[in-house]
Amino acid sequence: MTAPLSAPLEISFDYTRSLGPVLAKFMTALADRRILGSRGSDGRVHVPPAEFDPVSFAPPAELIEVGPEGTVLTWSWTDHPVDGQPLDRPFAWALIRLDGADTGMLHAVDGGSAGQMRTGMRVRPRWAAQTSGQITDIECFEPATQPARQSAAEPAAAAAGQAVAAGQAVAGQVADGAADGAEPVTMIITPVRLGYQHTASTEESRYLRALQDGKIIGQRCPACQKVYVPPRGACPTDGVPTTTDVELPDHGIVTTFCVVNVPFQGQRVATPYVAASILLDGADIAFQHLILGCAPDEVRMGMRVRAVWRPPEDWGTTSENIDHFEPTGEPDAPYESYAHHL
Amino acid sequence: MKHRAAVLGTGQTQHRSKRPDVSIAGLCREAVDRALADAGLGLADIDAVVVGKAPDLFEGVMMPELYLADALGAVGKPLLRVHTAGSVGGATGNVAASLVQAGVHRRVLAVAFEKQSESNAMWALSIAPPFSMPLLAGAGGYFAPHVRAYIRRSGAPEHVGAMVAVKDRRNGARNQYAHLRQPDITLESVQASPMLWDPVRYDETCPSSDGACAVVIGDQSAAEAAAGPVAWIRATSMRTEPTMFAGKDHVNPRAGADAAAALWQQAGITDPRGQIDVAEIYVPFSWFEPMWLENLGFAEQGKGWQLTESGETEIGGSIPINPSGGVLCSNPIGASGLLRFAESAMQVMGKAGDHQVAGARTALGHAYGGGSQYFSMWVVADTPD
Amino acid sequence: MTDVAVIGFAQAPNVRRTDGTTNGVEMLVPVFQQVLGQTGLAKEQVGFWCSGSSDYLAGRAFSFVSAVDAIGAFPPVMESHVEMDGAWALYEAWVKILTGEASTALAYGFGKSSAGLLRRVLALQLDPYVVAPLWPDSVSIAALQARLGIEAGRWTEEQMAQVAVRSRSAAAGNPAAQLSGTVDVAELLSRPYIADPLRAHDCAPITDGAAAVVLAAGDVAREHCARPAWITGFEHRIDSGSLGARDLLAAPSAAAAGRAAGAGTVDTAELHSPFTHQEILLRGELGLGEQVTVNPSGGPLSGNPMFAAGLARIGSAAAEIMAGRAGRALGHATSGPALQQNLVCVMEAR
Repeated sequence: MTAPLSAPLEISFDYTRSLGPVLAKFMTALADRRILGSRGSDGRVHVPPAEFDPVSFAPPAELIEVGPEGTVLTWSWTDHPVDGQPLDRPFAWALIRLDGADTGMLHAVDGGSAGQMRTGMRVRPRWAAQTSGQITDIECFEPATQPARQSAAEPAAAAAGQAVAAGQAVAGQVADGAADGAEPVTMIITPVRLGYQHTASTEESRYLRALQDGKIIGQRCPACQKVYVPPRGACPTDGVPTTTDVELPDHGIVTTFCVVNVPFQGQRVATPYVAASILLDGADIAFQHLILGCAPDEVRMGMRVRAVWRPPEDWGTTSENIDHFEPTGEPDAPYESYAHHL
Repeated sequence: MKHRAAVLGTGQTQHRSKRPDVSIAGLCREAVDRALADAGLGLADIDAVVVGKAPDLFEGVMMPELYLADALGAVGKPLLRVHTAGSVGGATGNVAASLVQAGVHRRVLAVAFEKQSESNAMWALSIAPPFSMPLLAGAGGYFAPHVRAYIRRSGAPEHVGAMVAVKDRRNGARNQYAHLRQPDITLESVQASPMLWDPVRYDETCPSSDGACAVVIGDQSAAEAAAGPVAWIRATSMRTEPTMFAGKDHVNPRAGADAAAALWQQAGITDPRGQIDVAEIYVPFSWFEPMWLENLGFAEQGKGWQLTESGETEIGGSIPINPSGGVLCSNPIGASGLLRFAESAMQVMGKAGDHQVAGARTALGHAYGGGSQYFSMWVVADTPD
Repeated sequence: MTDVAVIGFAQAPNVRRTDGTTNGVEMLVPVFQQVLGQTGLAKEQVGFWCSGSSDYLAGRAFSFVSAVDAIGAFPPVMESHVEMDGAWALYEAWVKILTGEASTALAYGFGKSSAGLLRRVLALQLDPYVVAPLWPDSVSIAALQARLGIEAGRWTEEQMAQVAVRSRSAAAGNPAAQLSGTVDVAELLSRPYIADPLRAHDCAPITDGAAAVVLAAGDVAREHCARPAWITGFEHRIDSGSLGARDLLAAPSAAAAGRAAGAGTVDTAELHSPFTHQEILLRGELGLGEQVTVNPSGGPLSGNPMFAAGLARIGSAAAEIMAGRAGRALGHATSGPALQQNLVCVMEAR
């Protein structure tokens, strides 16, 4: 059996995170190359600060400056960093108890090699060349015993460098939390980019490969005998895969539709467009496609339509081989003939 | 054996398109602190926490309840995270209720939230996977064709959708927490608003909100110990059907009708129209009011729009729907269902303020999600049975 | 309280990569058929369905909605979903039976861990403001915990390797296992670190899979199962989300759940310990002595399908009782970084 089709899918968004009063002070201080912690009602100093006291559940009464040096409580060594991590060469992750704190803060240590790392070693932050009020303002920590090292990214290069590309903070209008006249940070932007391999089901792959040959293949459920297009890994009412191939014509009716006038991020079809539920002749379920070839306000429920295929040389294993559907000009189907498909 | 359970307190945030003044934890605590204050309790009194929210992609945090455990006072306690698409807020309320009804816990905190301004829901709901037609256009693009089908099936006049929008937005103006408060909205202004997903107009569409809702549910002894009024949970129900299948009725989904039938039976209600005093139902697009009135059994098939058109669903009508302004006024997606549940409880507790329905003693909270496939509901009343 | 028992368990083969979709349907259809077949229940007889899965594992919003196609959920079903391991779905199902609204339930979990880069995806479980922007991967986080224990004298790299050796060996009897066979400690210790102090054998493999467990109340359980695994305690707790504020050498949530559920009395335990040192840590937190058989299935080190592996631990423990090999057994599930959230289900034969 031929393997199902698969292709990469990237999920990517720059999230805008508002910080609230406690984290805003922490980030604002980072921009100023200072690290704050919160003193808990039990006296313990949390770094980063706890937004709500673990014992009293109230916001912390005070934030105090800690560090900048600290002690490694535990560490692990990474030979192969993954995207987005603070360093792109081998480094250590560590829980670091900053001087004056009672908790460990997770960050990277540019330790050279695993052999040079030790629990109990003293470290200090290496600040990014440009700080903006986010956790990556601390580029990493470094052994406190070695000579201070310049940030990897020179200021001039930093604008295009990883430290800045990894995120940025936004100064806002909250007055509280400003330190030394620095503009308070109220938001951070956190890019989240994840790569996945999307896989179509065996049944859908069969449909997509048929599309590449200019054919539309549905499948009949062995239990309810309904014809599904695309075929399904499980008939939704019977929980068994659809099995028997049924070649379907490339024409049918519009059961219902909407006219999309609203633009949005990631949209790939120009507005306005008609997204329609199209019931192919011989199928028992409609699928979504685009209607062109007439003005949007001429599209009707029950209108007969046929596929307009892209040139065969452009065909691939995708529903986009059918560029759109267009009216055939035949009389509309009576409402009763498709009412049970709505 | 099912133990009695009651809502001891409710709380919600000030809903806005953006809440730049709070973090995710801060947003949740605003609702939680209000619910606890309403119940006269503290976080230390809570035995277990149930968190609900819609897709994690909205905030870009995988299972945010893990990081929220501290802020929610859940450390050392049981914490559950529910996700049943748009109905999740309702499911959160029902799962929290079941923990008490099962006799497992005495006081449970249900929290649901969405901070939509962290990303963009249209983006998150319209990611076109490989091989597919890139036609997805958010929830509006999904539901508008079904609204068209309803209009065709019922023969409803076009202005009914706009009437719902006017009613809900004006109701929202009486709700201090509502995101959209539009006391001066008119039928004409709604009908003049842009057509987003024809036949759904801009003013007939829910906003995108940051917000949270919290509800404290207690057992009989906790309810009897409460200083203020409580809302007794008379019945809960949940039903699910597949997103798409041959023969699916998108206008009147059987899962919704089955859930309602089970709910009415459990609550001993034989005539919902006569026995329910007020209902908070999940109406993200205005036409879903008449659709759900039929699906829930408040109106006969094809007649829901007549109930709306008659004015009976306004505050002061015989069956007020969404006196809070509903989802059309505030839509922090994950919280929207729990807001319906909380608002129904507030009505029977007599705590709904300017949008209180006079004499409300029995109320419905309703939520739906996915492709009209997940339904969760409850009935609350001012007495246990 | 109503007596509730596990009466069936099935799982998909644990494999490094399936050809299937991220909605789990291909794995779930045969698993449902198998577990319903074991119990003689028709799908219409299942009173409540509850699933556990993750959108971020699948890389899609609402990734779980298509999974109900595998049920054949029409006429509509009473159903719910948790964005957690299926073990918590089982907990919700157990509660539903206790309310009297259902007398049978089927809980399932599924995950296609291979769809993305798992250890990087899991970085999104960390604090979104001060930790996740650094993208700490899940293996490195576990390694921080492992070193603490080594340096505190709680375990050694050799003892960790022994856990792996025993897991692989036990998995030889488990046809669903991904990794099994004979390895020796010296050989394992000669291999390189992947996140010092963790070597590959210390980490659960990346696994695609699905699992389903059927619950039934009282007489229904007796009718559909010769030797039901009666639930005598079912508890879960969560610890702080702040890694640096927690004592990583303890799992108070596991200890508390174990105490409340009666973990100290079992003869067999299936522990959801994705890293070798975590099995040692959990044994201590749950008070499991040397006489307790741990992970006879091979445990997560022989196959760890995300969002199904915890449920599979309960199912595997129940299977030991149903097969007559155990009298009293527990299934444990964990969630979150470094054992943050823990669940314990204690079952017995009667």
